Amino acid sequence: MKNISRSSYALLFIFLLCAPLFLHDFRVALLAKFLCFAILAVGICLIWGYTGILSLGHGVFFGLGAYCVAMYLKLEASPTGIPDFMGWSGIVELPGLWKPFANPYFAISAAVIVPVLLALVLGYFTFKNRIRGVYFSLISQALVVVFVTLFIGKQEITGGTNGLTNFSTAFGISLTNRGVQQVLYFITVGFLLLTVAFALWLTKSRAGKLLMAIREGENRVRFLGYNPTSFKVFVYCVSAALAGVAGGLFVLQVGMISPEMMGIIPSIEMVLWVAVGGRYSIFGAVIGAILTNSAKSFFSESYPDFWLFFLGGLFILVVLVMPNGLVGLGKSVGEKITSRIKKKEKEDVQHEAGPYVS
Amino acid sequence: MKPVLTCRDIKVDFDGFYALKGVNLNVFHEEVRFLIGPNGAGKTTLLDVICGKTRATNGQVIFEGSGQIDKMQEHKIASAGIARKFQAPSIFPKLTVFENLELSVKQKKSVWALLTAKLNSEVKAKIDYILEKINLQNERNREAGELAHGQKQWLEIGMQLIQEPNLLLLDEPIAGMSGVEREKTGYLIHDIAKECSVLVVEHDMDFVRNFSKQVTVMHEGAVLCEGSMAEVQENEQVVEVYLGRGKKVC
Ligand SMILES: Nc1ncnc2c1ncn2[C@@H]1O[C@H](COP(=O)(O)OP(=O)(O)O)[C@@H](O)[C@H]1O
Ligand SMILES: [Mg+2]
Repeated sequence: MKNISRSSYALLFIFLLCAPLFLHDFRVALLAKFLCFAILAVGICLIWGYTGILSLGHGVFFGLGAYCVAMYLKLEASPTGIPDFMGWSGIVELPGLWKPFANPYFAISAAVIVPVLLALVLGYFTFKNRIRGVYFSLISQALVVVFVTLFIGKQEITGGTNGLTNFSTAFGISLTNRGVQQVLYFITVGFLLLTVAFALWLTKSRAGKLLMAIREGENRVRFLGYNPTSFKVFVYCVSAALAGVAGGLFVLQVGMISPEMMGIIPSIEMVLWVAVGGRYSIFGAVIGAILTNSAKSFFSESYPDFWLFFLGGLFILVVLVMPNGLVGLGKSVGEKITSRIKKKEKEDVQHEAGPYVS
Repeated sequence: MKPVLTCRDIKVDFDGFYALKGVNLNVFHEEVRFLIGPNGAGKTTLLDVICGKTRATNGQVIFEGSGQIDKMQEHKIASAGIARKFQAPSIFPKLTVFENLELSVKQKKSVWALLTAKLNSEVKAKIDYILEKINLQNERNREAGELAHGQKQWLEIGMQLIQEPNLLLLDEPIAGMSGVEREKTGYLIHDIAKECSVLVVEHDMDFVRNFSKQVTVMHEGAVLCEGSMAEVQENEQVVEVYLGRGKKVC
C-alpha cells in the first residue's frame, strides 16, 4: 500500500513537471489555477477528512489571501499611487489600510497571516464553546455572507463587485509574459509539493493521529488529557493558511479576484473537490481538485449550461456510491483485482499440487 | 490514612430529578473499591462527576495532589491523574490498537508536544508492556474497530493504564464478556491496583464476590452502606433493596 501511494505521488508530480512540454500555454495556465485549488483542497482534507470538521467557508480564507496579494499588484499598477476605482469614488488619498500593501513582502506575508488570524479568533471562540457539527458549518457559512457583503459594500476600499483587477506586473516584471507564466507555474507546483509533504508529515505525526481521534470521538480525547480546542484551532489555522497561499498564487496567475470567487457556491465547491477525490486522503484531495476543475472547464467550454447539473449529479454520486471518493474507488477495485489474482494463484497451486496430494 | 479521592456531599440535579442526593465517598491508596447498586442508583453519574463529565450541583471532589477538582476542565482532571473507562467501549475505531495506546501514553499533551513527539524506544517499550498485559500483542496493527467486544474493553483498560493514573474509574468493565474473559479482567484489575487506586462499578455479583475487598452500595442517589462483601450481604437494607427489585445479593 505504501509503495502504491508513493508511486502515485511520483507519477502525479512527474506529470505536473512535464505538463508544459505537451500542453498548450492556455492549458498550462488553467492547470496552474487548478494547482492553487489543490493546495487549498489539502487544507480542507486536513480539517474535514482527518479532523471531521466541515467548514463551508474556506472561500473567505482563499479570498483574503488573494486580496492581500492583489492589493500590492493593484498599487504597483496604479501610476498615481491610488487605484483607479478609488478615483471613481472620489478618494484622493490612499486609505491607511492599503498603505502597507505597497510593500510586496508585507502583502505576501499578510496573504497567510490574515487568514490565520481570522481562523484563530473564530476557531477559538467556536471550538472553545463546543460549537460543532452542523452548527459550526452554519457559522462558517455566515462568515462567508459577512465577508462577501462587506467586500461588496465597501466599494471605495475593496473595488466592490468587480473586485481587484487590471494589474499586470509584480516586482516590475510583466505577469503576462510567457516565460514568467511558466515560472509561476513551476512555483505553484513547488508550493503544492511542499504542501503535500507538510500534510503527509502532519498526518503521520502523533498530532495527526490525535486529529483523527478527535474525529472519532472528541469527548473521549478530553478524558485522555487532551484539550481538543487547541488541536481544532490549530488545524483550522493550518487550513486557512493553505487557503491563503492558494489565493495569493491564484491572483498572481489569473490576474483578478472578486467577492464572487469567495462566495457560498465556491466555498461549497471546494468541499466537493475533496469529496470527489476522497476526503480521507491527501492524494485524493489533490486529484479531486484537479479533476473536478478540469471537468468544469471542459463543460463550460463545450456545454456551458450543463455544468451545474453535472456538479449536482457528481455530488449525489459521491454521497451515495463513493463516500471515499476516487481514491476509495481505486482502492476497492485494486483490492478486488489482487484478491482475484490471489484466488487464481491458489487454484493454480491446488491444481499443481493435485496429483501429489491424492 | 489519607484518601486519594474524597467526595463530599455530592448532589446532582437533572432538571429537578436528583440523581445523586449527597454522596460521601473516600477511596484510599492501592484500593480496589467496588461500587454496586441497582440500575439507576447513580453509580455512573458519580463517576461522571469525578471525571468532570457531569457537574455537581453541590459538594466537593478532592483529589490528592490537586485539591478541589470539581470545577476543573475534563482534560485537566485527566492530566491530574484520573482515568476513566466508560461503560460502552469508547476507543478510536479507525486507529490501530497501537495508535490508540500511543495517544494515551502519559506525555505532554499540547499541540507542539504532539507535533514533535517521537516514537522512541521508551514509548515503544511501554506500549509493548501494556499490550502484553491486555493480551493484544498480536492485534497491535489492526484497526481497533475490528476487535471483538471483549478485546475492545481490554484495549480501553489498557489505554487507561498507560496514562499511569493515580485513580482509575471503571464502569462495568466486564459487561458483555465471556466467563474466561471476566476472570482475566478480574486478575487484571487486581494487577492494576498495585500501581493505582481503582473504583469499579459492577453489576455482576459473582464477579464482585470473587474480586472485591471493599464494597460501597448505592441506592437512589445515596450511599446505603459500606464494608466487605460479606458484611454488605448481611445488611438488611441492602437485602431489601435488591429483593425489592427481584434480585438477590447472594
Ligand atoms: N443526563 C441525564 N439527564 C437526566 N437524567 C439522567 C441523566 N443521566 C442519568 N440520569 C438519571 O439518573 C439516574 C442515575 O443514573 P446512572 O448514574 O446512570 O445509574 P447507574 O449507573 O447506577 O445505573 C437514573 O435514574 C437516570 O435515568
Ligand atoms: Mg451505569
